[in-house]
Amino acid sequence: MTSDYYVQFTPEMKEEYTILVPSMLNGHFELVIEFLGTYGYKMELLTGQGKEIVDLGLRYVHNDTCYPAILVIGQFLHALRSGKYDPQKTALIYFQTGGGCRATNYISLLRKALIKAELEFVPVISLSLLRLEEHPGFKLNIRQFMGLFDALLYGDLIYSLVNQTKPYEINAGDADALKQRWIKQLGDALGASAKNRDRILRHRKETYRKIIDDFAAIPKQPRDAIKVGIVGEIYVKFSPLGNNNLEDFLLGEGAEVVVPGLLDFFIYCLYNSILDYKYYGRDFFFHLLSRAAFRYLCNKKREMIKVMEEEGSFRPPAPFEHVIALNKDYISFGVKMGEGWLLPAEILELADSGVNNIVCVQPFGCLPNHIVGKGMMRPIKERNPDINIVAIDYDTSATSVNQENRLKLMLAAARLAD
Amino acid sequence: MAEALHFNRALGIDIGSTTVKVSLTCGGQIVFERYERHLSHIQDKTIELLEQASDLLAAAPFTVALSGSAGLGLSEISGLPFVQEVYATGEIVKQLEPDTGAVIELGGEDAKVIFFAGGTDARMNGSCAGGTGAFIDQMAALLDMTIPELDEASFRAERIYPIASRCGVFAKTDVQALFNQGAGKEDVAASIYQAVVNQTIVGLAQGRQLQGKLLFLGGPLYYCAGLRRRFRETLQRDETDCICPDYALFAVARGAAYLSRNLEPYTYDRLIESIRRTDEKSHYERGFVEPLFTDAEEYRNFRERHEQDNVVERSIEDYTGRAWLGIDSGSTTTKLVLISEDQELLYSYYCVNRGSPVEIVLEQLREIRRLCGDRIEICGAASTGYGEALMQHAFHTDAGVVETMAHYTAARFFQPEVDFILDIGGQDIKCFYIKNGAIDSIMLNEACSSGCGSFLETFAHAMGYEADEFARLGIKAKAPVDLGSRCTVFMNSSIKQAQREGASLADIAAGLSISVVKNALYKVIRAGSPDELGEHIVVQGGTLLNDAVLRALELELGRDVIRPEIAGLMGAFGAALVARQFGSSNLLSEAELAEFRHESSVRICRGCTNHCTLTVNRFADGGRYISGNQCQKPLGLDACEELPNLYHWKRERLLALAAGSGAGTGAGMDAGADAKRLRPKRSGKQEGELAVTTDRALGRMSEQMPEQRPGRMAEQRRESPRGRIGLPTTLSTYELAPLWQALFTELGYEVVFSPLSTRRIYEQGQLSIPSDTICYPAKVMHGHIELLLEQGLELLFYPSLTYNIDEGGSSNHFNCPVVAYYGEVLQGNLDALKSVKFLYPYLNINSAGQLTRTLYQALREVDPTIARSEVRRAVRAGYAALSAERAAVRRAGEEAVRYARRHHKRIMILAGRPYHVDPEICHGIDRLASALGFVIVTEDSVAHLAELPQLQILNQWTYHSRLYQAAQFACDNADVELVQLVSFGCGIDAITSDEVKRILESRGKLYTQIKIDDINNLGAVRIRLRSLLGALEAKDAAACRQQRDGDGRSGQGEKLKDADTSRKQRAGELKRTLPTASSWR
Repeated sequence: MTSDYYVQFTPEMKEEYTILVPSMLNGHFELVIEFLGTYGYKMELLTGQGKEIVDLGLRYVHNDTCYPAILVIGQFLHALRSGKYDPQKTALIYFQTGGGCRATNYISLLRKALIKAELEFVPVISLSLLRLEEHPGFKLNIRQFMGLFDALLYGDLIYSLVNQTKPYEINAGDADALKQRWIKQLGDALGASAKNRDRILRHRKETYRKIIDDFAAIPKQPRDAIKVGIVGEIYVKFSPLGNNNLEDFLLGEGAEVVVPGLLDFFIYCLYNSILDYKYYGRDFFFHLLSRAAFRYLCNKKREMIKVMEEEGSFRPPAPFEHVIALNKDYISFGVKMGEGWLLPAEILELADSGVNNIVCVQPFGCLPNHIVGKGMMRPIKERNPDINIVAIDYDTSATSVNQENRLKLMLAAARLAD
Repeated sequence: MAEALHFNRALGIDIGSTTVKVSLTCGGQIVFERYERHLSHIQDKTIELLEQASDLLAAAPFTVALSGSAGLGLSEISGLPFVQEVYATGEIVKQLEPDTGAVIELGGEDAKVIFFAGGTDARMNGSCAGGTGAFIDQMAALLDMTIPELDEASFRAERIYPIASRCGVFAKTDVQALFNQGAGKEDVAASIYQAVVNQTIVGLAQGRQLQGKLLFLGGPLYYCAGLRRRFRETLQRDETDCICPDYALFAVARGAAYLSRNLEPYTYDRLIESIRRTDEKSHYERGFVEPLFTDAEEYRNFRERHEQDNVVERSIEDYTGRAWLGIDSGSTTTKLVLISEDQELLYSYYCVNRGSPVEIVLEQLREIRRLCGDRIEICGAASTGYGEALMQHAFHTDAGVVETMAHYTAARFFQPEVDFILDIGGQDIKCFYIKNGAIDSIMLNEACSSGCGSFLETFAHAMGYEADEFARLGIKAKAPVDLGSRCTVFMNSSIKQAQREGASLADIAAGLSISVVKNALYKVIRAGSPDELGEHIVVQGGTLLNDAVLRALELELGRDVIRPEIAGLMGAFGAALVARQFGSSNLLSEAELAEFRHESSVRICRGCTNHCTLTVNRFADGGRYISGNQCQKPLGLDACEELPNLYHWKRERLLALAAGSGAGTGAGMDAGADAKRLRPKRSGKQEGELAVTTDRALGRMSEQMPEQRPGRMAEQRRESPRGRIGLPTTLSTYELAPLWQALFTELGYEVVFSPLSTRRIYEQGQLSIPSDTICYPAKVMHGHIELLLEQGLELLFYPSLTYNIDEGGSSNHFNCPVVAYYGEVLQGNLDALKSVKFLYPYLNINSAGQLTRTLYQALREVDPTIARSEVRRAVRAGYAALSAERAAVRRAGEEAVRYARRHHKRIMILAGRPYHVDPEICHGIDRLASALGFVIVTEDSVAHLAELPQLQILNQWTYHSRLYQAAQFACDNADVELVQLVSFGCGIDAITSDEVKRILESRGKLYTQIKIDDINNLGAVRIRLRSLLGALEAKDAAACRQQRDGDGRSGQGEKLKDADTSRKQRAGELKRTLPTASSWR
């Protein structure tokens, strides 16, 4: 691949460009932005909402492309046209897995859209574990990558605690306020000088405990909320823009939302690199590297789980090794496009922890989800008859009335089983 | 007991998408039940119904619950309790008929299946599903029948046609095509019901058996006995355990009443007040857009501006002289225009097709002949549209004009410099760019977004308005709702949502107009800015006669456009203008018209195993016209030349391979023999022979397979000590068949391929398809597996291939997720696979070592006697066969190109994926194109003849990488065109089609895309390909004119004189770029 295929992000750009980040899991992303800020990257999270984003996406992206691409590209274009940023001094960043799902091509679609919108000079940075492109101004070393994962781990912890607090809080908004406080605090800690960052990392366990204690201290009412898990395509699963504020809707129905964390997706990607060697004999070196990273992250996650267990107020997520073990007899680990085998594995993880009500979300016509989502429901239900699962499609024109009615059906069945 | 008391007086209100149902229970007795359509006046209708029971309700407090899709919104605003309707149904059925096994409930826009026997499970249709009451309503309107008439007609049906059941839009296209072919209303009515049945079973039951007593609930099933009959016949059940109870309409309302029993009691006044409250509280959550017109003044100016673009009308009674006739027999409408010597409009006619277009035109022609009398001589007549050929045969019009050319001719009349034409008709959106006086590129909406024009009308009718009236409402809308831009099924639910949020009808009407426009702009044209469309835009088509739609378009484009006053008649007008070339006409005379008789019948073509359904139209004068054919065979044109068609060639290769003829095994394939097979045969006799061989080969694979097998099997057993292994002939097997065939043969297996797909095979497997939006090639796979199991195979093989073979040049070489992992879906969803061994090992076919290792592991499971060395040998043999086959495909491509150049034929790359050669998947498009005079090659047979162009996307997939190279080949060669086949639901093609288009257009080539699905409607494809041909010819002619002009100025004598010789010369030049066959040996 030659570099005239794309505009490189050069070291000079790093000095004066603002890098725009699309919204998805905003708490996590804010942390990451703070973290990368310490290395001199000026990044900004886009929080734009509204129909203009969809309209721009539809206009500049092939309408049969998946919904996340339409939203992300629409959001970028919306920001570039808003007048808030100087397009000559702005870069965009997007994560690229490099797998066989068409999501790997989102960056190309984004560039096509930029050409069409006469913004072709705007650099687009591909953030990828595989380093699919060269951007001399945006290079992360191993340590930085690991730091990035740390931020995600903290993000997952807070996200899980917020979800387990919100339905029960007596003073509405307590959990969210605490989340913001901790993000800022962690952001400051991660974002301060290297020394401070080392300290917080070294005292990781204490920090976990402090966060957990804070959430445990929020006054809660004792009540039984129905637990509803959300799995599915990563963007619509996490992004309120993508799923019509699904979490808020479920909360409004009195349910507790359980969402497996974001870090799992990255551990899943690493695990796939290991299997790529095992199944297909590909890239030995990368497999070694992935194996090391995989172990590191699994250990870190287990460490966090342990602190949660010790404290005892909250339901910890399952260790990733356990998630892998649960899926053993369902779908092959060779299925690695999109969410791949992780999707059924997460359904099983939720069921294993007593969350039997599951919303499986996907963009309309998502290819991998034909296989790992809708294609796997029958075998999963056959062997776990108690699982109450509903598949919801998201799309530029799918209406919330349709989606909500189906969700209500799932909730009615959940209440009946309760 | 408080509970019992409350249930004593319980009210259930079920508000669906079209109706309100109310049920009141007192003391265990139903005392009041009513059912009415609400026409979107939800609160008013509900209150109206409740008022009828005011005495009963006012007597004492009662508990109440709302249900239904529109009830959801009402409950949110009114604060009344809500119960989900499927839940309500489930609960009441458990109470009333505890022995029920399953419930099928169809509503206005929802379809539900609830299972009780063997674990309760409830399913609702997804967001892309139209097989419901609204769908039946739409279809009845299309047939110009009431529901009872439709129902009654369905009992007289003699045959059932396949109609797309997934979505109403598709179905409409199919039904129109059936009408245009002359199919009977009775048969269509039953086919519509069958479509609903299939949709319910495939989309909702998804492989789960409907066991035990079956209940039919909901309006459509209650009112339509014919629909119930179709369900019973399809499920092979009788009336004893498959019943529609008398409360079928009220099950949800009763369920809601039952479930309300523990809730807080309401008084009548409080209930009414709560429902009324919604009026005040109504608000828009959703965005709304600027009004179409700010004031009456603006509208007046708008009207005045557009009234200027008109044709002079002249009374036919005053006129004497010559005249020309144009007939546009469209998919939903029929238009006729008669013009005078001075291009004045003498007569025009526009109507929506109700039944046979032949009858409509006949009546009109009689009228025109009568009005003309002896004063006016019709000197020429031309027909265009879907029914172009039918009209030519029926009424002897002098010419048939491709639709696109007719429209261009008409548009040029109003704006000679037109550079963009947008036509929004009832079913189609068409747009053409004009460059240098020729159509440069044509875009048509794919079947999934069509029907926008007729949707406006259907919706207007559903709301109790005429289309015009409804449109006028939109003009005055203050805050049009934003309904999005997608297929009309989605729009239905968007409208539902807007209604729920309290939008007025005017706002919805305006919103719909805006949606139609957005659909055209964003989905079909995909323009980023109006500048891309050009300066002079002419818009036409019946839908744009609607001022609201036109205004929405101008606002969206930000510029004024020309809409001729006869926007709805442009096709016919253009045809009439074309007819002016004639001096005298063969059009049937008044006397002949009086004698005119027409009958149509349906028969199955036995010309080959494709078994096309033919509609034969016979006319009184002995003429006949056949439609529905994919090739020329039924027309008796045996002597016509058969051009090289690599789709056909590849199918034959595969059949030969499957039949075990040995072709493709080993590396000893003779290139000369390939070339001979490929070379077309000119004489009728030889061609017949070829056809016979084809049929025999096909027969061997399909119907006759079980009978033919025993003899062969005995023989095979000796050679195949390891038994039989079955491979489904779909997806990746199309490409890798030689590899697996040679490999398993070498290992001592007898390899059995499933036959080429047919509709029947699809239907055989459709019950276990878990995702209704997946591509057709994947859906068909279920049937292939069933078929192999039927043949008693106990070992099946469809490998999981994350990576395809790396052919170089691309960044990665993946398979698409569906091709790669469909084995997982089959294993998980086909129960029958559990009793046999289905191997879907994860293999890396890029390295012999890896393949040996992983395949060895997988095979050892089923046969421990297999040795690694054996597998290694087999892999080697497999690769030899595969590379021989790949080489043969490339040689065949080169040979076809050479043939085309020798005989001065155009070449068409029918670009898709290897599995698109399947006759059921490509629906004979290859034959159609071949019949139009193209030499057909596949993308993989010519990809090697061009370099991979510079791409703007990441080249992830092996199959798709060939598309880009093939596009480059088309760019490099003037005589090569590319038509891309895209499977509906193939998300990857959203990326590839854009890129292929970009590559082609960067070099001034035309890009044509054809979306294919399970539906076999070639009418639209034919128009597309003919338009392409027309555009190519016009381009050649323009190039030729330019060259002549150039000659005149510069005097370069050796420049070519006509298009044909210019093409010949270009072909000669290009020969040099083509490697000779020897260099490939």
